[in-house]
Amino acid sequence: MFTDFLNILADWSQFDSWIVVCAALAAGACAIPGCFLVLRRQSLMGDALSHTVLPGIAGAFLLSHGLMTSGWMTPETYESTWHLGLFAGAISIGILTALLTQFIQNLGGVESSAALGIVFTTLFAIGLVMIRMAADQVDLDPDCVLYGAIESSILDTVGTTDIPRAAVVNGAVLVLNLLLVVVFYKELRISAFDPELATTLGINAQVMHYGLMAATAVTLVAAFESVGSILVIAMLIVPAATAFLLTHRLHVMIGLSLVVGAVSALLGHVLAMTLPTIVTKSWGGPSIQGTSTAGMIAAASGACFFLAVLLSPRQGVLSLLIARQRLRLRIVAEDVLGLLIRLEESEDSAVAQTASQICERLGTGRLKTRLAIIGLTRQQRLASSSDGVSLTERGRSSANRLVRSHRLWESYMAKHFVVPDDHLHETASRVEHFLDPDLREELAEELDAPETDPHGRAIPPESESK
Amino acid sequence: MWTYNTQVVMAGTLLLGISAGVVGVFMLLRKRALVGDVVSHAALPGIAAAFLLFETIRPGTGKALPVLLTGAVVTGFLGVLCTIGIRRYTRIKEDAALAIVLSVFFGVGIALLTVVQSLPTGNAAGLHDFIYGKTASMVVDDVKVISIASVVVLIACGLLFKELAMICFDMEFAGAQGWPVAWLDLVLMCLVVGVTVIGLQSVGLLLVVAMLIIPAASARFWTDRLLPMTIVSAVLGGMSAALGVLASASIPRLPAGAIIVLVGSTFFALSLLFGTRRGALRRFQVLLTLRRRVGRHDLLRAFYEVLEARGCTSDDFRLAETPVSESELQTMRTWAPSRLHRLLRTCRSDGLIAQDDQGEFRLTRLGVDEARRVVRNHRLWEIYLINYADIAPSHVDRDADLIEHILDPDLIAELNQILSKQFPQMVVPPSPHTIDQPAGAV
Repeated sequence: MFTDFLNILADWSQFDSWIVVCAALAAGACAIPGCFLVLRRQSLMGDALSHTVLPGIAGAFLLSHGLMTSGWMTPETYESTWHLGLFAGAISIGILTALLTQFIQNLGGVESSAALGIVFTTLFAIGLVMIRMAADQVDLDPDCVLYGAIESSILDTVGTTDIPRAAVVNGAVLVLNLLLVVVFYKELRISAFDPELATTLGINAQVMHYGLMAATAVTLVAAFESVGSILVIAMLIVPAATAFLLTHRLHVMIGLSLVVGAVSALLGHVLAMTLPTIVTKSWGGPSIQGTSTAGMIAAASGACFFLAVLLSPRQGVLSLLIARQRLRLRIVAEDVLGLLIRLEESEDSAVAQTASQICERLGTGRLKTRLAIIGLTRQQRLASSSDGVSLTERGRSSANRLVRSHRLWESYMAKHFVVPDDHLHETASRVEHFLDPDLREELAEELDAPETDPHGRAIPPESESK
Repeated sequence: MWTYNTQVVMAGTLLLGISAGVVGVFMLLRKRALVGDVVSHAALPGIAAAFLLFETIRPGTGKALPVLLTGAVVTGFLGVLCTIGIRRYTRIKEDAALAIVLSVFFGVGIALLTVVQSLPTGNAAGLHDFIYGKTASMVVDDVKVISIASVVVLIACGLLFKELAMICFDMEFAGAQGWPVAWLDLVLMCLVVGVTVIGLQSVGLLLVVAMLIIPAASARFWTDRLLPMTIVSAVLGGMSAALGVLASASIPRLPAGAIIVLVGSTFFALSLLFGTRRGALRRFQVLLTLRRRVGRHDLLRAFYEVLEARGCTSDDFRLAETPVSESELQTMRTWAPSRLHRLLRTCRSDGLIAQDDQGEFRLTRLGVDEARRVVRNHRLWEIYLINYADIAPSHVDRDADLIEHILDPDLIAELNQILSKQFPQMVVPPSPHTIDQPAGAV
């Protein structure tokens, strides 16, 4: 299977490199406004814009085409200006979408996401009708707008060089977006995190909102050629959301989203080349030559997001799970130490306990207890002999700290709360795991360094930790 | 044009429109309007995968509608589950979760669809119709599937109407009452997935969400009650579906899905303007009525206070017979002269004041009663604020000015009760603060 993979990749050509470059530039350009959309909780605005770009483009295209055919514009000017027309159409439609949504929300009291849904479906339907009705005169394929044709778009090169026009356009938009972010970094950041503060500082919320919409629309138009207007949402939101999971800092988030976008572009194209062939071959089906790069880029960015959900260092599902298990294990280990020192106390000698005896006394799970004992033995807090395990000197001192925490807390509770004596133990055995030396010292001071706890048992002195 | 097939398709789409209208109401009220969009986009990989699977197992069976729709239901539901999972287990917010699931599923769908199209065996042209919708390609068997599903959805909504209403309005309360809210929410999701999936063929996955949102949002302008709203939404949904199919059948090349949406948007625009409950015109009218009432209250109080400053308020006769000039009234408030003029005119036509030959104004019998009532309410509120809310007498005038117009009868009765010992019914208490003397007063 892996040799298949390499065989296909051996055919990697300059075109493939350009496809990846174009897609990466488009993804990067999209990721920047995407970060702010995610932070401002306006991701669906990106979704809506990617739909409404269609009528904007169709309108601008039909208009300039009509101007040419009716003689108002020479074919030469048409050739040189229609691209600019598309951008103008996209900017106006982007702002129109935002304005209409706001208008319906204000005038009708319609909830924001519903207002957005109404506006974008309506505008998109208008775009579809426009394209279908004008299909005879102009060659504007809605499929191309929707899914893009990155494979063919790179054939359209600039002048005599090999550089595709799409790479230049997306690269320019990426640079423009980066410039905008650098120049308006402070304003963007404040209005994304605290719109009220931004307003009190004199940052015009309306200008920020519509400016972001216009920038998003321009970015979308530049990218739609490469990946199509629907899949552009994946580039807009997914890398930004992935970066959002990985960091708490805005500039790191923007940087990470660029990286995630580029990685998804590369991964997407490689998968698009190899995956269908490998899968069909292993099933013994007919051989298939690759699939849509744009679709696979979206899927690859989805995979990146999924990985971030699982593995993000601070908030990943797996990381949290691991942290929780470690905490559990630590508590069991401390309970084992506590049990052993109490047994020593009551019997005045070191008594070895087997693992199953400890389980029984503590009422904890077998596996967890064994793991805890193994860990403690490795830390040389427990020594194992043929009778079982017993405390080492080191283990005794950490157990003493624990017992000190426990009994100090009991004394504190007894002094400050009206709790019957037989209720103290329960709470203290929860709290004992979370008291650090400073807190113990404070407790001891507060209680005038007590010798015994409310049950009359001695509170061990603070031992030096080794 | 009016062929048997068109009639059948129209009947099916009509049922679809009705059921989408009904389910849409619940989704709108749950503030989950755009979940339908996620479901429809997420359905694409399911359609392509189901086709691939059945074509590999038994070539030729992949294009059966029930097969494709089953695939669509599976991945559509998976998409919903993913958004819920992302929301619960990460700090990603609802909007981004929707956008992520929608675009990634759609991307996978496009990739699978490209694979399907490059299959040497299969003619996959039909699959493409799910994206834009194509009523013309529907056959009687397809319509049967759609109709049965729509009817099932409608029956489910009818049976569970009360329960769904409860989770729409107050999920916590419903939970506290012992209703299985999580299950009901799941049922609602199933209904949405069902409606969305059967709408794919006629409206297309890009636009099917409009059938869930637009009729429901339009119905909201006509009524505040759930059952009438559901009926209005169902009617609007059915009408836009039927008209859309009709239009696309009569005019060649018009895509039915887009027309259905546009008809629905037209209904929405009309409802937004003319809705009898929350429509823009209705709101404007309510605002205008309020402005009128506020203006009338202000004018009568100014009138009364001018007369009070002259000591003419002791009996009704002097109240009604003392003339007041427009310039005297002008000094009582910061009125634009034109507004004061308009107010005087409307009050005259309401029969509250009369104008004599010298152009001066008097209160009529009706005007005297109304003026007393208005001033009394204003001062009661002022006294209440001073006594019970610890507001300085110099500040109460403005506060009372803001609220006096919207005091409802219950509140006034309560004020009367609190202050009745001091000021028996129908006596206008003296103002607790000094009133700026109108110019020309003695």
